[in-house]
Amino acid sequence: MVRLRINGKLHQVDVPPDMPLLWTLRDVIGLTGTKFGCGMALCGACTVHLDGQPIRSCVTPVSAAIGKRVTTIEAVGATPSGGKIQKAWLDLDVVQCGYCQSGQIMSASALLAKNPRPTDADIDAAMAGNICRCGTYPRIRAAIKQAARSVSATEKGV
Amino acid sequence: MDLNRRAFLKAGAAAGGGLLLSVRLPVSMRDAEAASPTAADRFAPNGFIRIGRDGRVTLIVHKAEMGQGVYTSMPMLVAEELEVGLDQVHLEPAPPDHTLYADPLLHQQATGNSTSVRGAWEPLRRAGATGRAMLVSAAAQSWKVDASSCRAERGTVIHVPTGRRVTYGALADAAAKLPVPDTVALKDPKDFRLIGTPAKRLDSPDKVNGKAQFGIDVKVPGMKVATVAACPVFGGKLAGVDESKAKAVTGVRQVVRLDNAVAVIGDHMWAAQRGLRALDIRWDEGPHAALTTADIVQQLETASQKPGVVARREGDVVRAMAGAARKVEAVYQTPFLAHATMEPMNCTVHVRKDGCDVWVGTQVQTAAQAAAAQVTGLPLEKVRLHQYLLGGGFGRRLEIDFIAQAVQIAKRVEGPVKVVWTREEDTQHGVYKPYFYDRLAAGLDEQGMPIAWSHRLTGSSVMARMVPPAFKNGLDPDTIEGAAEPPYTFPNMLVDYVRQEPPGIPTGWWRGVGPTHNVFVVESFIDELAAAAKKDPFEYRRALLAGSPRARGVLELAVEKAGWGKPLPSGRGRGISLVHAFGETYIAQVAEVSVSKEGDVHAHRIVVAVDCGMIVNPDTVKAQMESGVNFGLGAALFNEITLKDGRVEQANFNNYRALRINEAPVIDVYLVKSAEAPGGIGEPGTCGVAPAVTNAIFAATGKRLRKLPVDSAQLRST
Repeated sequence: MVRLRINGKLHQVDVPPDMPLLWTLRDVIGLTGTKFGCGMALCGACTVHLDGQPIRSCVTPVSAAIGKRVTTIEAVGATPSGGKIQKAWLDLDVVQCGYCQSGQIMSASALLAKNPRPTDADIDAAMAGNICRCGTYPRIRAAIKQAARSVSATEKGV
Repeated sequence: MDLNRRAFLKAGAAAGGGLLLSVRLPVSMRDAEAASPTAADRFAPNGFIRIGRDGRVTLIVHKAEMGQGVYTSMPMLVAEELEVGLDQVHLEPAPPDHTLYADPLLHQQATGNSTSVRGAWEPLRRAGATGRAMLVSAAAQSWKVDASSCRAERGTVIHVPTGRRVTYGALADAAAKLPVPDTVALKDPKDFRLIGTPAKRLDSPDKVNGKAQFGIDVKVPGMKVATVAACPVFGGKLAGVDESKAKAVTGVRQVVRLDNAVAVIGDHMWAAQRGLRALDIRWDEGPHAALTTADIVQQLETASQKPGVVARREGDVVRAMAGAARKVEAVYQTPFLAHATMEPMNCTVHVRKDGCDVWVGTQVQTAAQAAAAQVTGLPLEKVRLHQYLLGGGFGRRLEIDFIAQAVQIAKRVEGPVKVVWTREEDTQHGVYKPYFYDRLAAGLDEQGMPIAWSHRLTGSSVMARMVPPAFKNGLDPDTIEGAAEPPYTFPNMLVDYVRQEPPGIPTGWWRGVGPTHNVFVVESFIDELAAAAKKDPFEYRRALLAGSPRARGVLELAVEKAGWGKPLPSGRGRGISLVHAFGETYIAQVAEVSVSKEGDVHAHRIVVAVDCGMIVNPDTVKAQMESGVNFGLGAALFNEITLKDGRVEQANFNNYRALRINEAPVIDVYLVKSAEAPGGIGEPGTCGVAPAVTNAIFAATGKRLRKLPVDSAQLRST
């Protein structure tokens, strides 16, 4: 049995410790917002947060998540940066097919939490691991900047 | 979501009361039925709208949402005339039904070739207008007033003189009893309140919070998960497999053998993957075991030496060429490409004795249903297809190979099974954009202008396999689109096509289809002619566009916005392309790129000018331009599928690269206001980017690239 804390809830799952967190989330716990894209940490579709850090769940054994807080796309909206990122994504209608966007939003939320005013270079560095085959990159970049502006507005008490 | 609503649709009245709107099929759809061997021998009403007594308005979307925005544009067409707000509607994917939902341009229920808005533009507005007219009639009758004294607004009918109001829900029963009017008036476009506005995507909210359900997300009670290995050589067979090692893996339940593949069924994907890896599989690799890409290119080159079937002939090319002041010749080559949708191929199936359920995201609902019926031997109506969102299509989900395979596996499994391909399986068992080998020649007059143009295309006809009736007399309209009727006028012209099917690799449609190939070739070669004539590539093109004011319009707009002619630093260049395809869509692109000393190409900015006629949702048009440009750019810079020992050499995103955010250009899109009929928009943004970039590379380096993808080695200057 593996005990996991996912989106604030405790789960006990009977899986081998080397099973990737991705498949535990999707096929055992039923949280399908986290996506399978490549299985090799090449595309970022499976990005979740472990204690707030973005990780590729397709190559992260479930054992590595024991004792840590796992946050997935289903709950990231409850975090300050995740909520702002989701709102900016809606304001700019970033999504197209939408399959990669869970991972994009998880990476972008982690970036914004750590860096409230990311430059273009910061965005490139944080987001280059997330592939979007629909090519929504211009809007991803714009939405991160818009979310960052809303962060600064909040800080200023606007 | 229950999609099995056929019986209900036929009944003509919503279960539990309410109005199901029925509209007569447009003539072209009836023609499609008559022409199709799978046509139903009955007349059935067409259903896009359901209004319940509770006032719930459900719009039924017959197109596949794969990012291109049909879950917003199709509802916009209906809602405009039905007089409901987009915030008031619920969406439901349509079940497979050829009679109700065949696309008038594709002659089947399919999503592709940028036909959705073009085909639905009138029928869906008519569907909405018919519904509104019946609701207004029902209200007028209940009030005993003239219908012309009533109007509809946001799901309510209002009697204008008295201000009385009644909701659509309250009218649903009465309206359902009324005859469907034969004719209804459509709005004058100047009265559109929704069409032409940048409406928010209706599928966005669920796509940012993890709720959106793609095919791969299907959960059915008792479901197992399977993953597959097909023979690594196309055409090969399974020779044998030792199952014992897989069965020893915890969570593995079963090994299924197919003629050309092995599937491992487990409690979850991880068990299935581990089980598959543990297997010792022996393949009979078949006739293509030694095949390489070079063999295929050699066959194309040989085939291209003989004349093909004439697609276009104007004047006398031979005589004009003989009299030309100068002759320019070139060979262009474009590679096999995979679609690499973000969501790998998958399909969930439950086969029972008396029926079959298929849960999948497909571009071809009716063909998918038919494939499942064929594999199971069940009658069509016993196969229920549940349509899901597509995590990218790009043409890959026009194919039913993975669906048929999943049904074959499910036939041998007790209970429902979700078959998921790994990325490697997806890359190596694709249906690839065909390799094309093009020979071009032009004769120039004393001023350097083309008086003769010849273009021979050699490669696969996807149409011949997918829609055999459309392949006529050795030609199909897709393969030659963008080549037979380029936007330019040439007094003497010969375009011919040599069909040469590659052995050992399946070919299929890829975003931008025929024009993606042809626009690269035509726009590169016209650029070569401008260079040969020592003329500005923009001015040269413009001089050949006297017969096409809309093409000239987008070209002029793009160069103006791109700052064409303004000086650039060394190593940078601008390149143009022009597209006329997918009905009456015109797109000009200007790419600005830099080439490093190491030969690496970076696209900094792409300016896109679009004239696609009347626009349903301008934000979607912009989004599709951004998408098309980045999709085509990634392929032009990085992608080719190659064969060695009969096997696809690429496997995952490490060796079949996708464009990433740090490589993506700034994309500025400019829309031309137009009152012309809508043209396609999902495909054509992809077509023009490769030549705009390679023409820009020529401007920057003087090196002409006639083969994709871009080869940095050719561009190195150190």
